[in-house]
Amino acid sequence: MIGTEHSRRRFLTRLLAGAATSLLAGCDTATRSPWLHKLLGLGERANGVAQRLVTARKSMAQEFSAADVSPEFRSNGTANPLDPRYQALAANQFRDWSLKIDGLVQKPLELTLRELRSMPSRTQITRHDCVEGWSAIGKWTGVPLSAVLNRVVPQASARYVVFHCADPMDDGKPYYESIDFDDAYHPQTVLAYDLNDAALPIANGAPVRIRIERQLGYKMAKYIMRIELVASFAHIGAGNGGYWEDQGYEWYAGI
Amino acid sequence: MPVRPSASEYVYSRHSLAVRILHWINVAALTILLMSGLQIFNAHPALYWGLSSYNGKPPFFVLPHGFPGWITLPGVQWLSMGRRLHFFFAWIFVINGLYYVGYSIVSRHLKRDLTPSRSDWRSIGESIWQHLRLRHPQGEAARRYNILQKLSYLFVIFGLLPFVILMGWAMSPRLDTVIPGWVDIVGGRQSARSLHFIAAWTIVAFVLVHVFEVIITGVVNNLRSMITGRYSIKAERVDDRH
Repeated sequence: MIGTEHSRRRFLTRLLAGAATSLLAGCDTATRSPWLHKLLGLGERANGVAQRLVTARKSMAQEFSAADVSPEFRSNGTANPLDPRYQALAANQFRDWSLKIDGLVQKPLELTLRELRSMPSRTQITRHDCVEGWSAIGKWTGVPLSAVLNRVVPQASARYVVFHCADPMDDGKPYYESIDFDDAYHPQTVLAYDLNDAALPIANGAPVRIRIERQLGYKMAKYIMRIELVASFAHIGAGNGGYWEDQGYEWYAGI
Repeated sequence: MPVRPSASEYVYSRHSLAVRILHWINVAALTILLMSGLQIFNAHPALYWGLSSYNGKPPFFVLPHGFPGWITLPGVQWLSMGRRLHFFFAWIFVINGLYYVGYSIVSRHLKRDLTPSRSDWRSIGESIWQHLRLRHPQGEAARRYNILQKLSYLFVIFGLLPFVILMGWAMSPRLDTVIPGWVDIVGGRQSARSLHFIAAWTIVAFVLVHVFEVIITGVVNNLRSMITGRYSIKAERVDDRH
């Protein structure tokens, strides 16, 4: 009796262990199939919907005191764009750099760094949360994106703001990002040119990077060269609204 | 009076169908949440205390090479898929958990089976002593959860699991704007990330003890009761092991 019980138990244990192993191995292979990829993506899609339901459209990110500022603001992704045109601009302290704002706008605009710096600015000490898990706190000064958008006057059909960047990534594809108008007109969304009271370093996105304080770091494009207003981003890159989105990351990076 | 064959052993229905289904969905969801969570941790395998990771203090925990592939999902370094899995199963876990809590209240499972009675509270000292000696209630007494069992289940259901969810939300820059600064209650976003990690391993510790108790109190009987519902009660043995 005891022997049968024992071997039955051993059989059950093995069965369970085997089932668990093959289930997990199955998961690993299954995650590579496109339909499952899409199904699993519903979770992240639901995150964005839920986050917008429980927070106000213009809810403000926490701002910190000078004492909380990180001693050094970590650089992630590209630290120095290898693009020769960018290198030439950097060599001349970005005096020849200008920001183009075009696409679905009534008055396309081109702003030099000096013009941008002469516009009314906003300074904020905020926390930068990377998708990898780390956070850093920095003091940012820049022009609210809303001020620039008011000057170019978006057309009625415009729905997204796309940032085109100077840095080609490891695979040679250019970095780009996109946000909707809720974030574009958010008071803390600024085109930052200063970090911690000094000109934005190249490692952190000189001459200008965007701050989108309610989303993760990968949304906050560095080395911005052009801002384009579009009705849809389906025709840009692989069509998912950003370089990392094209690699499988969620477009709305609220968590 | 129930009719009991031979009066020494009988089988009764211990777990309702709802509890059994909810339990196994929870097992699957928590397993995938843990493994995909470790995948996400591996993207930056260090833990900090405070508002940010760079505040002049070093991390209090570093795992230079991260967790090995056999315990992460996917098994290779793949952060975006880890996140996709984590958030998909987080929704399943939360919906399943909410359904369980609602069901437990409405069906009186919570009041009948999980809420300690006055005599339960009086037995706490004895129960601790019996647990330490790995002795468990036999016969009719085994039909009810003992006081330590009730308290651990209540702690996990209404303490640990909601806490791990809350610390997950605390990591969301968007949810942090609900009331700016609420995440400082636990010391800041990086503290919340560390607490999310610690709470996850506390769940693992609970599961290890839970499975250990399942095994030593009759693995086949216990497993069967959580699959088919049927649990067999044996007659109380006269303790002759003095």
